[in-house]
Amino acid sequence: MNFSTDVQASIMAILPEILMTVLAIAVLALDLVWSRARRRDLGYVAGFGLLAVALIVLLVGGPPGDETSDQLLLGGMIRHDTMAQIFRVMVIVAGGLSCLLTMGVSRLNVRGDFYAVLIVSVIGGSLLSAAADLIMVFLALETLSITLYLLAGYLREDVRSSEAGLKYFLFGAFTSAIALYGLSLLYGFTGETNIYRVGRALATGGLGDAPVVLALGLITVGFGFKVSAVPFHFWTPDVYEGAPTPVTSLLSTASKAASFGVLLRFLLAAFPPPELLGSLENVQDYSQLWVQLAVVLSVVTMTLGNVLALVQTNIKRLLAYSSIAQAGYTLIGVAAIATDRSGDGAAAIAFYMFMYVLTNSLAFGVVILFANATGSERIADLAGLSRRNPGLALAMTLALLSLGGIPPAAGFVGKFLLFRAAIDAGLVALALVGVVNVIIGLYYYLVIVKVMYMERSPDEDQPIPVSTPYTWALGIAAAGVLLLGTILVTPLVEWATEAAQSLYVLL
Amino acid sequence: MVITFSGALTGILLTPVIGAIIILLLNKESREQARIIAAMSTGIALLLALGVFFGYDVDAANAAAANGETYFAFEDHVQWIESVGISYHLGVDGISAPMVLLTALAGFTGVLISWKIEDRTREFMAFFLLLVAGVFGVFMAVDLFVLFFFYELSIFPMYFLIVIWGWVKTREYAAMKLTLYILIGSVVALIGLLALYFKAGEATGVYSFDFVHLNEAARAGVFDLPFFGDSGVTTARLWFPAIFIGFGVLAGIWPFHNWSPDGHVAAPTAVSMIHAGVLMKLGAFAALRVGVQLLPDGARMHLPWIIFLTLINVVYGALIAFRQRDFKYVIGFSSVSHMGLVSMGFATMNLTGMTGAGLQMFSHGVMTALFFACVGMVYDRAHTRDIPSLGGFARKLPWVAVAFIIGGFVSMGMPGLSGFVAEFPIFVGLWDGPVFEPDPDWLTGSFNYYAAIAIVAVLGIIITAAYVLRIVGQVFFGEFNEERFPGVTAISLYDKIALVMLVFWLVLVGIYPRVMAPMIESGVRPIVSMLGG
Repeated sequence: MNFSTDVQASIMAILPEILMTVLAIAVLALDLVWSRARRRDLGYVAGFGLLAVALIVLLVGGPPGDETSDQLLLGGMIRHDTMAQIFRVMVIVAGGLSCLLTMGVSRLNVRGDFYAVLIVSVIGGSLLSAAADLIMVFLALETLSITLYLLAGYLREDVRSSEAGLKYFLFGAFTSAIALYGLSLLYGFTGETNIYRVGRALATGGLGDAPVVLALGLITVGFGFKVSAVPFHFWTPDVYEGAPTPVTSLLSTASKAASFGVLLRFLLAAFPPPELLGSLENVQDYSQLWVQLAVVLSVVTMTLGNVLALVQTNIKRLLAYSSIAQAGYTLIGVAAIATDRSGDGAAAIAFYMFMYVLTNSLAFGVVILFANATGSERIADLAGLSRRNPGLALAMTLALLSLGGIPPAAGFVGKFLLFRAAIDAGLVALALVGVVNVIIGLYYYLVIVKVMYMERSPDEDQPIPVSTPYTWALGIAAAGVLLLGTILVTPLVEWATEAAQSLYVLL
Repeated sequence: MVITFSGALTGILLTPVIGAIIILLLNKESREQARIIAAMSTGIALLLALGVFFGYDVDAANAAAANGETYFAFEDHVQWIESVGISYHLGVDGISAPMVLLTALAGFTGVLISWKIEDRTREFMAFFLLLVAGVFGVFMAVDLFVLFFFYELSIFPMYFLIVIWGWVKTREYAAMKLTLYILIGSVVALIGLLALYFKAGEATGVYSFDFVHLNEAARAGVFDLPFFGDSGVTTARLWFPAIFIGFGVLAGIWPFHNWSPDGHVAAPTAVSMIHAGVLMKLGAFAALRVGVQLLPDGARMHLPWIIFLTLINVVYGALIAFRQRDFKYVIGFSSVSHMGLVSMGFATMNLTGMTGAGLQMFSHGVMTALFFACVGMVYDRAHTRDIPSLGGFARKLPWVAVAFIIGGFVSMGMPGLSGFVAEFPIFVGLWDGPVFEPDPDWLTGSFNYYAAIAIVAVLGIIITAAYVLRIVGQVFFGEFNEERFPGVTAISLYDKIALVMLVFWLVLVGIYPRVMAPMIESGVRPIVSMLGG
């Protein structure tokens, strides 16, 4: 396997990161130049800047050719394929929406440094989506993580934020170290750092199961932490609750999406099912190891996330447990990708993450507006929201229906595709566990809807105002959730399917 | 990519949706405009539905049925998610055309009856229209993904309507119970549907959710092959119970009927009308279309025991209805009982019984809508539904009393009204037994299982007569307590229009069944031929 050295293709492969670096520097420069009053508009620069980058990636960020060797660029560090493109778009959109949401947080919205760190974090996520080398995987993961530690603890005067930052850092550093150990074992076993070469060397190396299980297990700790799969989820509720809400939004969307993106690529490349290796002989199949691992993680994650969400009284904590459950649903797809050659599983994950990014941004956006207006994050205080601002209540309802998997929101098609992939891969029991969980989940989502619409509150006559950046952020997210569930299903599914097929091309 | 597009059905589907969007864009205070827009959009949908109903070509359907094919009229077929095998495919056959009409009828009269709702009128009308659109979608869907999409779509406005505008005492509990029951049923059915999709795809090489495709696969015997590997139970026999009972939850099949009386009672009047009148048929319809028609061999095996569940529905539902003090609960349980007759009709597995079941779906839909409308009108004036404390309302509300009595006669199966036309064939069908030779021979041997079911089921009719007459006697006749119920006002013009429209169809189908029966028969015929007739 050779790596392409085409200079133009190499630049195109990291074009989003280059653009975002420029954007980060521009935001910092404007922070110096602009007066304090004007600095309120920095969020527009950062937010619409990122959305513009997302649009550019969407339009011209496709792969350079069909051959894998054309797509492995920069010494094999980056695989520039459609899968990388779709995950990059969703990560960058999530970042852009987070920037717009930050404009409503009074102590953060004038700080150019905050936006710059946020953009760097998105760069990490974007690189992670395309990483094809153990070193690149780790570097991108750390770029994403370290900036997120910072962002979570950005409100230093706020005890909860500091606690969240520190907690996230301690857990994160610990799991990163374990994952790094796993990655280094893979290098030790194979002498390769490119994940595709690692996969081939492992398959033909005759190592036996034990060392591979060890490496896989250690790496799972790192990725499990990032996607908040049980039992690596302990940080999630505390950090989600304590971090500034735009950061929570970023954590639950961009960070999770990018991690799933790299997880798919990594598992299929480093521990491939033998059919994908083509002409090689005497290959060993390690794929069933991670399929079983994913099945177990998926069942535990969605069940625990949903059950614990039932008893929450704080909306951010509830969304935290809900996001754990959502990671569990997504892991159903991960379990399906090894046996399902048509790419349905990977396509389902790409679709699901895309709609999830928009849905969660929408939900957190409403939460910020609500918390700013009332100073409360308790679910009970959402009472009367439908009378205080009907549009806001409708937006939240749309987000919750999407998370619950009810049409016309995009979550319905997302869950449908995941279960379809699971049944295609012969995992009928897993799909059944999944649908039972969907029902449990729907219960607590509907309870929130009920509180917003049915219960009365003494503050009903005080409307909740929506500022311009929020109109934009919520409008974009809500339109996305609604359209991706109805008339725009097809383009996204086609795109995700194309992306998924590129994953299965290894050599 | 457009394959065929006649537009009538899409028009029926979109008018309520567009109405809902316009209503949501109105400002908060424009209640009257919201009502008018709702009435207009359901009115247009009703006119289109009448056009579809009377424009349905029965001869063409019978010609297709001779080849065992289901004929879909007014097809709209557009590719949607091609790579997954999903297309936006609408069409009506002989069974669904009357259902579309029923939905339109209940939707339009529901809006008229909700005219006086003052609390967040805008949202009420918008959600109501979305609910109606969702129900339309299910009846018109030919692609089973689309069917499922609309099935789920109709659940959430339902939840809203009950929880926000429902009866204060039980709405929270009832709305959640209803939603979870229906959802559990539907996801179980979804897994079954996916199993069929993959089995048909493996065998034919074309992965598609289109009913026409799956039906061809079913006729080619794809689902009669073993589900796991080379041995064991066939796909049809394994998945039939999941699909039939999964959808049957919404049809109120015993022992999963429990959500329905609670839901009916807690819902505001118009929603009860849609809910009991139309939504429950949605379950029965989907169970028939996806269950019986795609998996005839599963039906042959499982319906003989499922018919026993429906018998419990009929008799037990009627008995419980008889014991209720709450006016609305009586009607709620009577729906359980009558929907049992629908499922029982399907389980007869012959042309007469299944046609009767199809007629019963329409007849019961209109009748229950009428009942709930009457209950709502009485309750709005008396502020109680306790039967013993009501009385003499015939003098104050003569229109309501007449309408209720006609509805009562329908539910007892009086000749000359639609109830007779529907229930009589069901019992005849039961007596005839299935069109094929059932497997355990005791089903039709010297001890005639089906005839025995028929004999016991007739008890349900007798009990029905008892509770209906009891209500008529205690609520509408007897002494009117002027002190207890001061200032009872007459019903509005809108209410009268709604009652007349509903009664009209009960009488029309009763005295001239040809308006509907041949159509339903043409839809049932291909199913019967698949069952072996």
